[in-house]
Amino acid sequence: MTLRVLAAMSGGVDSAVAAARAAEAGYDVTGVHMALSANPQSYRTGARGCCTVEDSRDARRAADVIGIPFYVWDLAERFHRDVVEDFVAEYAAGRTPNPCLRCNEKIKFEALLDKALALGFDAVCTGHYARVADGVLARGVDEGKDQSYVLAVCTREQLRHAIFPLGGSTKAEIRAEAARRDLLVADKPDSHDICFIADGDTRGFLASRLGASKGPIVDESGVVVGEHEGAYGFTVGQRKGLRIGTPAPDGKPRYVLDISPVTNTVRVGPREALDVTEITADRLVGFAGPPPARCAVQLRAHGEVYECVPEVSGGVLRLRLARPARGVAPGQAAVLYAGDTVLGSATITATAHPAATAS
Amino acid sequence: MPYLDHAATAPMLPEAIAAMTEQLGRVGNPSSLHAAGRRARRVVEESREIIAEAFQARPSEVIFTSGGTEADNLAVKGLYWQRRDLGGRRVVTSAIEHHAVLDAVHWLGEHEGAEVVYLPVDALGRVRPADLEAALTEDTALVSVMWANNEIGTVQPIAELTALARARGVPFHSDAVQAAPFLPVTLGGPDAVTLSAHKLGGPLGVGALLLAKGVDPTPVLHGGGQERDVRSGTLDTPAIAGFAAAVQATAARREEATRRVSALRDLLIDRIRAEVPDAVLNGDPADRLPGNAHFSFPGCEGDALLMLLDARGVSCSTGSACSAGVAQPSHVLLAMGVDPELARGSLRFSLGHDSTEDDVKALAEVIGPVVERARRAGLT
Repeated sequence: MTLRVLAAMSGGVDSAVAAARAAEAGYDVTGVHMALSANPQSYRTGARGCCTVEDSRDARRAADVIGIPFYVWDLAERFHRDVVEDFVAEYAAGRTPNPCLRCNEKIKFEALLDKALALGFDAVCTGHYARVADGVLARGVDEGKDQSYVLAVCTREQLRHAIFPLGGSTKAEIRAEAARRDLLVADKPDSHDICFIADGDTRGFLASRLGASKGPIVDESGVVVGEHEGAYGFTVGQRKGLRIGTPAPDGKPRYVLDISPVTNTVRVGPREALDVTEITADRLVGFAGPPPARCAVQLRAHGEVYECVPEVSGGVLRLRLARPARGVAPGQAAVLYAGDTVLGSATITATAHPAATAS
Repeated sequence: MPYLDHAATAPMLPEAIAAMTEQLGRVGNPSSLHAAGRRARRVVEESREIIAEAFQARPSEVIFTSGGTEADNLAVKGLYWQRRDLGGRRVVTSAIEHHAVLDAVHWLGEHEGAEVVYLPVDALGRVRPADLEAALTEDTALVSVMWANNEIGTVQPIAELTALARARGVPFHSDAVQAAPFLPVTLGGPDAVTLSAHKLGGPLGVGALLLAKGVDPTPVLHGGGQERDVRSGTLDTPAIAGFAAAVQATAARREEATRRVSALRDLLIDRIRAEVPDAVLNGDPADRLPGNAHFSFPGCEGDALLMLLDARGVSCSTGSACSAGVAQPSHVLLAMGVDPELARGSLRFSLGHDSTEDDVKALAEVIGPVVERARRAGLT
């Protein structure tokens, strides 16, 4: 029997080509645009976002051209609860969430997939640059676009129902193919930033949700060197916008080292103090068994890859890095790779610096 | 392929297609003074006479528009503006109007100083005459209450309502877009009545505002003043010819069609109740549009039901307003006091002149499994 595939169509070029490829592969494809805001104007307006009326129209036109049925599904409530509110709560707790990752986990491969399966579909197809085979995820061949990092939070069971037709292609190939297929979205700009923050001002967005809450900025020895309007406005590794009056004794720039939401304190220090060699993470997802003795870890989307020694015990993953990583924040995902294959993912809870490791 | 969405648009009647296509190849602006213009003008005026006769109006009381939305806007805004100059402030309408009236009235309240009163409806979607009576004041500019509701099909007590407005000297407008294909709509009661051609087997893009003599709204569109100086724009001769042919054919078969479609509608309701015992019929069970059957299916989402039926070749509607394709809970159902959760699982099936028993049977065959599946998906 023909596989019944639901193609998630954002209105962008990637998901349009993915849907076209799925249809061409002989699947019975239905296009669905997820409406993620009950009032689209409240989220991003303009070409870059994923939630505008225009994007919905673009997706519909692409579905027309491909020749598949098309519907808009209202997932605004789920998106608001599981992505937007989670994003705010994570920042309030001093962590650095990745909302795209959360959206894959909770919306595309949970809310959407569950609904699709219940309605009789066999799989969900998206325009992600990643490869998947029998629930095992691997990097897309386009290194610059690879999205395996933000998908690694999905379970193998979720990924068994995922189809990523773009994993073997480069973005340039996809744009050319979109043009060849007369998909008018071929030269639409890539989406960037966070789709539910209309103007890209994350700090302003958080301030409007969490309110201003003044607190101290302290240096490594605990001396107060400045004041902030809300600890949530900072991320580990941040240098700009600290507005510290007194310079560091050595005159070197200072970076955010960590954030303590309980005391509303932001700690700053020199660049070297950002170095991390040990990482603790929980919420392990996707691991088929214990990780190998050595593997690679990626700590942010499109970030560097580090050699590491992993160790799992009691549902907690500990990583010792072969060389220091900089600006690693609790809340981020640590995704383990063997070559291009994803071994599993976990959420960072704590980090340790070389000095601390030595003691 | 059962088409059960006649309330969205009905297939064109053969008479309308013939009348329209006959005109499409001919040149002539009805406002031109030469022979070609006079020929087109003759078609327009003969069409006007046909439509006037069918709705018991005088030919001069037929104002052609681009459709129902324009006619509603002209009636609501135009009458408010005209009456505002005479001291009128209040606009009385119902909570369940089509958005063409509802949003126009809302806009008048937001931008033009209108004091808007939304009449509530009962659980069957009926406006109570006593509520209208209580809402009418010295400074009421107009009343606008639809003849029959587009979603749930409830027919309003138009005769009673118009009598109340008339007694207070207040102009009464009624959107009869959904009523006109079946009910004996006339200009006798209301002072202004909205019609749309494509709902009764005519072409898209043309409609009319029936406007009683002496009722002169301020124009919304300014220009050549082609229609009694109330509406401007070159008259669309082919569309108007198709409109008139559809009205004539509909009027000639009205009683028979109403009887036949009502019976089909009752069969559809019975079959759905048999297949889905907990389905809830919305609207007035007795006084409803012959072609309308509106149901809520507990535990289901309307968009899931629609998609599953669509995949099985059945066309229907969730009957709710769409902005950006996002289904909002129907303002009609909410005004009737329907639980918002239940309202989300609603479908409108609407029958028309070409509907058959096979259409109903095809729906009955699939509705059970479709509801079962949608229920499994639940509410997101």
